[in-house]
Amino acid sequence: MNILTLVRQVPDAEARVKVSGSAVDLEGATLVIDGMDEYGVEEALRLREGGANIETITALAIGPKRNEDALRTALAMGVDRAIHVETDEKLDAVALSRVVAQIAQAENITLILVGGQEADWDSQALGAATAERLGWPQLTWTNELKIEGESLSGRHDVDDGNESFSAPLPAVVTTQQGLNEPRYPTLPNIMKAKRKELRKDTLDTYGAANTVRVVNAEIQTRARMNRVIDGKDPQAAAEQLLDLLRNEAKVLA
Amino acid sequence: MKLIVAEHTGGKLTKATLEMVAAAQNAGGEGPVTLLVLGQGVAGVANEAAQYAEQVLVGDSAALAAYNPEVWAAAAAQIAQEGEASLVMIGGSRSGREYAPRVAVKLDAPYLEDATSLSVNGTTVQAQRYTYLARVTETVEASAPTVIVTVKPGSFAPAAPAAAAGEQYDVELELPAARTQVTGRSVEKTSRVALTEADVIVTGGRGVGSPDNFATYVEGLADRIGAGVGATRAVVDAGWRPYAEQVGQTGKTVQPKAYIALGVSGAVQHLSGMGKSKFIVAINKDAEAPIFKVADYGIVGDVNQIVPALIEAAKK
Ligand SMILES: Cc1cc2nc3c(=O)[nH]c(=O)nc-3n(C[C@H](O)[C@H](O)[C@H](O)COP(=O)(O)OP(=O)(O)OC[C@H]3O[C@@H](n4cnc5c(N)ncnc54)[C@H](O)[C@@H]3O)c2cc1C
Ligand SMILES: Nc1ncnc2c1ncn2[C@@H]1O[C@H](COP(=O)(O)O)[C@@H](O)[C@H]1O
Repeated sequence: MNILTLVRQVPDAEARVKVSGSAVDLEGATLVIDGMDEYGVEEALRLREGGANIETITALAIGPKRNEDALRTALAMGVDRAIHVETDEKLDAVALSRVVAQIAQAENITLILVGGQEADWDSQALGAATAERLGWPQLTWTNELKIEGESLSGRHDVDDGNESFSAPLPAVVTTQQGLNEPRYPTLPNIMKAKRKELRKDTLDTYGAANTVRVVNAEIQTRARMNRVIDGKDPQAAAEQLLDLLRNEAKVLA
Repeated sequence: MKLIVAEHTGGKLTKATLEMVAAAQNAGGEGPVTLLVLGQGVAGVANEAAQYAEQVLVGDSAALAAYNPEVWAAAAAQIAQEGEASLVMIGGSRSGREYAPRVAVKLDAPYLEDATSLSVNGTTVQAQRYTYLARVTETVEASAPTVIVTVKPGSFAPAAPAAAAGEQYDVELELPAARTQVTGRSVEKTSRVALTEADVIVTGGRGVGSPDNFATYVEGLADRIGAGVGATRAVVDAGWRPYAEQVGQTGKTVQPKAYIALGVSGAVQHLSGMGKSKFIVAINKDAEAPIFKVADYGIVGDVNQIVPALIEAAKK
């Protein structure tokens, strides 16, 4: 079987975000592969190393030039090949799912791994939208995954706890922290990755039209009082804090 | 109509559902606010729903006994289509955000995810949402006959019951069979107020020191002041606390009146889940801890010393 694992290049979580005009400005930001996607890359490799019969693991990115770096990271971690659908247009998840679904079909994919939540747009939608387009089941927020013959099993988080599941393949799985510890690419693997296929593609043939416009972006910060009390005298500090919470903030009775 | 898929647990509508009703009432746009109640044996929920919505559609069947994303998506899409819904509102819970995109694809409709505000003008729907780990607020917009929206819990004041009860109708649903089998379930129950509904939350981080200390200090203080209990991912990963208590990017998003963080460093992933709290209080022995940058009140000190003093002082 073949696995497709989606990756994106995003600002590092610790990086300061800035807004210029009415849009987020990535100029000068440190960019990294989305941590959530790294779990997907790692999981694909582990499924293969664990004995599942996996022919090809393909990493896919749809987006601007910077995503090439995320694909290089995935190749250096060990995926076999990469596809980059390059576009500067920001597509919403419903539109993107058209592209992913068509590529999954063309590449004869049985399992798609998608990051559970994007580090930049905080979206959780692409996995489910893609599953729907393909008519496949989906498992979100997965923290344990096994392939047994034609089916998947594992565990994932749900609203009020977690569930063990089994589901038929083909399927879409979204990943999260806790699923695994992603490996660091080693120098030899980084060198080897340079010779792997990174196919470039354009959006032209996919019929993916964006339907969600971003009309504004701003950094809204609530002004905080930053009233810090020295805790050397615990009792006095505790009493002072309680007084503030009761009589100034009025949030405690 | 403005269709809201009701969320309910233990035979009652969730607060998030009442928040969606309020959002729908205040968003503008045409058509009755309609609650769709899905489940098995949900007559009680439907009666409760009728106190809030002009119309209640009830899908009560064995096929709806347990939530499944494909089944829920099929039900919501069918009703949205038959009722020519201009807006389909789904809870911004984990489950809501996993089946809402399927509804959007089924109806070939735009999807506005995790909205914190909502306004409808003709066929244009505008919403705000948090991006970049909740550091940026984006305004997004879509124009279409039907727009799918998930609503972030805690973003709207819940609706109050209406003067007159709404009409209830049973609906016939064509549902697919669930393909995913649930082979085991572990539900994390707490006797305390639910995190997303609490006015005050006391959260413990790794700085609390141990599971025992967590019980003594974090739960001790929470019980003393009637607060919910939260935890950082570090504490959940260490197995000290259940995942249900985790606050942050991969846990719950909360917006209480007061958020009291004990031994929490204030990593961006944690801040993204609690940074919109009205008042933030931090107790941390490191004066440089990032949590102090977002705190209204803080004590630089050892939780082992400060918290017992706080619990004692709160008795008065
Ligand atoms: C993809 C991803 C998703 C994540 N999602 C989440 C999430 O949802 N929620 C979340 O919380 N984290 C999340 N994290 C983890 C996050 O980055 C931090 O690692 C975590 O929040 C740290 O938890 P902490 O504050 O308890 O521990 P630490 O960072 O170890 O901080 C402990 C703090 O306690 C203080 N301290 C120590 N001893 C004492 C004492 N005796 N008295 C007072 N203070 C003391 C220290 O000064 C320190 O500031 C995520 C990370 C990633 C990569
Ligand atoms: N432009 C893109 N190219 C490749 N993968 C993407 C793209 N956008 C989203 N993804 C994948 O989808 C995940 C969640 O996306 P979404 O569901 O749109 O929120 C990300 O973490 C990626 O794995």
